[in-house]
Amino acid sequence: MTLDVDTSRRPGPDGPIVRSAIRFRFRGRDVEVSAFAPRTTLLDWLRIEQGAVGAKEGCGEGDCGACTVMLVRRNGGDVSYAPVNACILLLGQIDGAELVTIEDLATGDALHPVQEAMVATHGSQCGFCTPGIVMSLAALHETAPEPPARAAIRDQLAGNLCRCTGYKPIVEAAVQAGVRGAQPSRWTGLADAPRRDLLVGDDAQFFAAPADMDSLAAFYLAHPDATLLAGGTDVGLWITKGLKDLRKIIWLGHVAGLADIADGAASLRLGAGVDLARAMPHLGAIHPDLGEVMRRFGSAQVRASGTVGGNLANGSPIGDLAPCLIALGATLELRRGAQTRTLPLEDFFLDYRKQDRQAGEFVVAVTIPKLGARDRFCAFKVSKRLDEDISAVLAAFKFEVVDQRIGAARMAYGGMAGVPARARSAEGFIIGARLDDEKTWRGGLTALGLDFTPLSDQRASAAYRSLVARNLLLKALMEMRGAPLQDTRIAPPREAVS
Amino acid sequence: MTRNDAPDDMLATVRKPVAHDSARLHVQGGATYVDDIREPAGTLHLAPGLSTVARGKILSVDLSAVRAAPGVVAVLAAADIPGKNDVAPAFADDPLFAEHEVIFHGQVIFAVVAQTRDAARRAATLARVEIEPVEPAVTIDAAIARGVTVLPDYDFGRGDASAALAAASNRLSGRFEIGGQEHFYLEGQVALAIPGEAGDLLVHSSTQDPTEVQHVVARVLGCPDSHVTVETRRMGGGFGGKESQANQTAALAALAARVTGRPCKLRLDRDDDFMITGKRHEFRADWSVGYDADGLVSAYDVQLDARCGCSADLSTGVVDRAMFHAANAYYLPDVAVRSRRLRTDTVSNTAFRGFGGPQGMLAMERVMDAIAHATGRDPLDVRKANLYAPGRDLTPYGMKVEETDTLPALIERLEQTSDYRARRAAIAAHNAGQPLIRRGIALTPVQFGISFTLVHMNQAGALVHVYQDGSIHLNHGGTEMGQGLFVKVAQVVAEEFGVPLDWVRITATNTAKVPNTSPTAASSGSDLNGMAARIAAGAIRGRMAQVAADMWGIAPDGVTFREGRVFGGNESISFRDLARRARESRVQLSEAGFYKTPRLDWDRAKKTGRPFLYFAYGAACSEVAVDTLTGEMRVTRVDILHDVGRSLNPAIDIGQIEGGFVQGMGWLTTEELVYDDKGRLRTHAPSTYKIPVASDVPDDFRVDLFDNVNREDTIYRSKAVGEPPLMHGISVFCAIVDALHGLAPDRQTPLDAPATPERILFAVQALKS
Repeated sequence: MTLDVDTSRRPGPDGPIVRSAIRFRFRGRDVEVSAFAPRTTLLDWLRIEQGAVGAKEGCGEGDCGACTVMLVRRNGGDVSYAPVNACILLLGQIDGAELVTIEDLATGDALHPVQEAMVATHGSQCGFCTPGIVMSLAALHETAPEPPARAAIRDQLAGNLCRCTGYKPIVEAAVQAGVRGAQPSRWTGLADAPRRDLLVGDDAQFFAAPADMDSLAAFYLAHPDATLLAGGTDVGLWITKGLKDLRKIIWLGHVAGLADIADGAASLRLGAGVDLARAMPHLGAIHPDLGEVMRRFGSAQVRASGTVGGNLANGSPIGDLAPCLIALGATLELRRGAQTRTLPLEDFFLDYRKQDRQAGEFVVAVTIPKLGARDRFCAFKVSKRLDEDISAVLAAFKFEVVDQRIGAARMAYGGMAGVPARARSAEGFIIGARLDDEKTWRGGLTALGLDFTPLSDQRASAAYRSLVARNLLLKALMEMRGAPLQDTRIAPPREAVS
Repeated sequence: MTRNDAPDDMLATVRKPVAHDSARLHVQGGATYVDDIREPAGTLHLAPGLSTVARGKILSVDLSAVRAAPGVVAVLAAADIPGKNDVAPAFADDPLFAEHEVIFHGQVIFAVVAQTRDAARRAATLARVEIEPVEPAVTIDAAIARGVTVLPDYDFGRGDASAALAAASNRLSGRFEIGGQEHFYLEGQVALAIPGEAGDLLVHSSTQDPTEVQHVVARVLGCPDSHVTVETRRMGGGFGGKESQANQTAALAALAARVTGRPCKLRLDRDDDFMITGKRHEFRADWSVGYDADGLVSAYDVQLDARCGCSADLSTGVVDRAMFHAANAYYLPDVAVRSRRLRTDTVSNTAFRGFGGPQGMLAMERVMDAIAHATGRDPLDVRKANLYAPGRDLTPYGMKVEETDTLPALIERLEQTSDYRARRAAIAAHNAGQPLIRRGIALTPVQFGISFTLVHMNQAGALVHVYQDGSIHLNHGGTEMGQGLFVKVAQVVAEEFGVPLDWVRITATNTAKVPNTSPTAASSGSDLNGMAARIAAGAIRGRMAQVAADMWGIAPDGVTFREGRVFGGNESISFRDLARRARESRVQLSEAGFYKTPRLDWDRAKKTGRPFLYFAYGAACSEVAVDTLTGEMRVTRVDILHDVGRSLNPAIDIGQIEGGFVQGMGWLTTEELVYDDKGRLRTHAPSTYKIPVASDVPDDFRVDLFDNVNREDTIYRSKAVGEPPLMHGISVFCAIVDALHGLAPDRQTPLDAPATPERILFAVQALKS
């Protein structure tokens, strides 16, 4: 089945082949919406169209969480409960989901356990962030298998800013609220999730959601000027902050196979559409540092929406995934029309915000080789704030070590250049260095200065970036030599401490 | 014994940890903020057009494309103002619209009024504004070089600081830079203006100062104050950022409503809010201190240079308060405190929780650390030695500290409960091995003066009605921004009438009900409004008691109010029935209460008198870990002991202390305002400006109230709590200094605020070199 604008209203045996309305569950009813501007955000739809003003706009860029709502989706037998930022999620992206907002939680006078606990612990002061916080914790309440640890609660809240309370009573409320556990959920998602192409709009202006890869390939080739939308955690800001008038949007959320994960013994293949939350445990299984980078990646809301492919394809010089995966030797798979090709991930990034991606071409998947028995790996994210912050520097190192001697080396950095990049000179010098002989580290440490000439910006100065880049290599070498993490890390990876 | 001194068990509502009155609404998304008010039909929306240049002459403004954009109804600029182009709180130096020149990047030049907010924002991008740029003065150094201030220099002191410094056995001096802070109230600036008949205007404003918004709107529209009513039910956070800074947003909405005749709303985009509205003042402190071998200070000289931005705004009071707190809790025998209010071509800085006090206090705490490091004594011992004490109790501005016993006792207790000495020893042992991850600890005190230092602002009004069914309407001039003021004042009124708290209906602050109010600021909200409300409720209760006394033939002082009933002799009547009886007896059941703070007589010109009714005290002990390879820092434990006198509501007060601490910690660690050399703020959204998140707050975070009573006759002997806890964040900064100090024990630790990873790492480098 191929999505094609001209045939969008073509009737099929079971009605139109192409759906022309998004469908979702809201306030206990199945709802269809067929007329909306493609760039309409979910928050504007709620607050302006529906007059549902419980969700607030605090920042309009997915950083404060005041607009958090919950999307419930069925995936086969599983039901997922995802907290998302409604301010940068487009209305079309809730197709196939059940939308749960703060107004849905209480039943009559009976508050939801999270709400009850938030009142009991004095968890609200000005109250403006509170609906978003309650929704984040409600999602945790739905999904956590057992009463969550405080660390897990804080992770869940990383994307919810509160300026009044200092968070202590909020974390306490999450502890008190407990979990849904074996109780049936009040929200079960939309029955018979659609598996047909979606096209709302016309040739000049549309929100499209192809149902399979062929349909996506053909439709994108026909509309290379359209914007590919994955999670929307970046594209959403083009609209709310850049005020771009996006008229043609192809959403990837329904493309069959694009969100597949193949976790094998030698490699991990992540479809471009795999959201960061689903990717996290698989990456964490490769190495705890990778799990920690993912834990600190955006926030629960951003990880629930943002995708692996989106993070790589937007080519941010500070995207956290790219340097980690480059160090691991990942390859990228792209498709244009019927043509597919693969290339080493580092070759994809050509220049600042310029990638090796042609018109009509899209990222299909990334394949990450797993670590071998001789491989040592470290990844570090350094940012002004530990959680929910964009990196000043991200460094990832993979060294093959035999008898304390470094053989092969892959070192990749984010934040040090216009693109995430390997430190080729330093790699050359570090090969042959011995972990048990600090004198042999010097060449690699010094050569980093040849590899990068970073910029100064509001996150960090060039001098700081250069110094940290060097110090992170030093730290990696110390750890690979055997320094215990509690001696080298201010916040060791969660798995390493537990 | 008056009721004010009643023991807790004689009080039914006051001093109880009752929940915030809106808590159940907050958690259901049912609390209405200005942007949530259902818009009247035909409501229009504004978007401001901002200067892209920090300083320059406006050559031309072409708004034709803006006017022609879809959905645009009107475009407003200076020429459209019927009254004065001035939204400043005091000195007529903040125009609503830039007219001939721009004085900071982000200054509003025009505003679009359109059918939707989206249309207005998009249209605003179409303006063609030509500005001849002038090299802006962005930094403190540039401002000093240019030699321009927004207000005259000011100083006070005692004795001869220079002579005493020269005579001191030991001397230190240094320079310390202190960054500003964005309020980041979660609800941005917003106002909805609804025109009525004959020029009436109702403005819903998210403001800490509805009276000020009323004045400013009337001034801009050129109409009497009486035509303008301002209402504020609640703010989604204020922190000082909606004291004067709400004026412009409200005035823009009001002007649009006047011009179009339709309801008009302006809700600033977050990035615009960052650029348009003022922040905490950045300061530089140049200090010299003289002291003896034990670290006892004999002389202190400090020059406080404040980066005020492009206009005066509230900088008189802000910088004065920095000066008032330059000694923090310490006696400084010979002292000179000098200040400059520097003008830069950046957004005008404004009130922010602590109002300059935190900056003055932080500089002094850095000095205490420097003395400790130079003498080799424990910083806590140096601090304790210098505290005010009987006979050593005069502040640099001449006010006598009467309550000298509280802070030493409080510190002593915290020292015990935090296990300070043992932890310091353990940390010293840890750091002795020169580890990669260093640890540090600090215990720092806070002594914060309570009252507006502008004496006339220390007044408040309240309006209380008792209806015939016994329900009670409460209104006062204070505003609710999350701090729990409304519930505290309601507790006071419920206590006065002896009724359950939910009989007292809390209502929105409204300039038509209680006029001529002061801003809810300076931590004064419950002190002032609690008193005014009690005076109003007390008058009604007195009249109701007379009705009951007459009915029962007893004296009115034998009538008591409790549990929703009124008792006297062997008789009782429900409060409700007595209310009806009073009405039938033609007794007034409504009262306007008024209160003014006693004892204040500070004279700024003469530099004499008493600026504060009392001091609020507290101390915090923080422990940190610092990564010497990256500069990253984690706070691992915090203990706070804080003095709120007899708390009106311990749950609310603890919330203020916890939240204040975290806000102060953010100010001094991750929150960094970065301006580029063109005067553009580069950190103008939460993606780049980092306030603390949940994981920045340690699991081990212990907060307790110090058992104390206000010696002044404040409302139920409580003390103000809004601002003082913010300054407990200083303990984190000093703990970081402590962690680094051991790298080079004989040198001062070169760390400025905020202590970002970058500043920490460069301090490490400097100490290692």
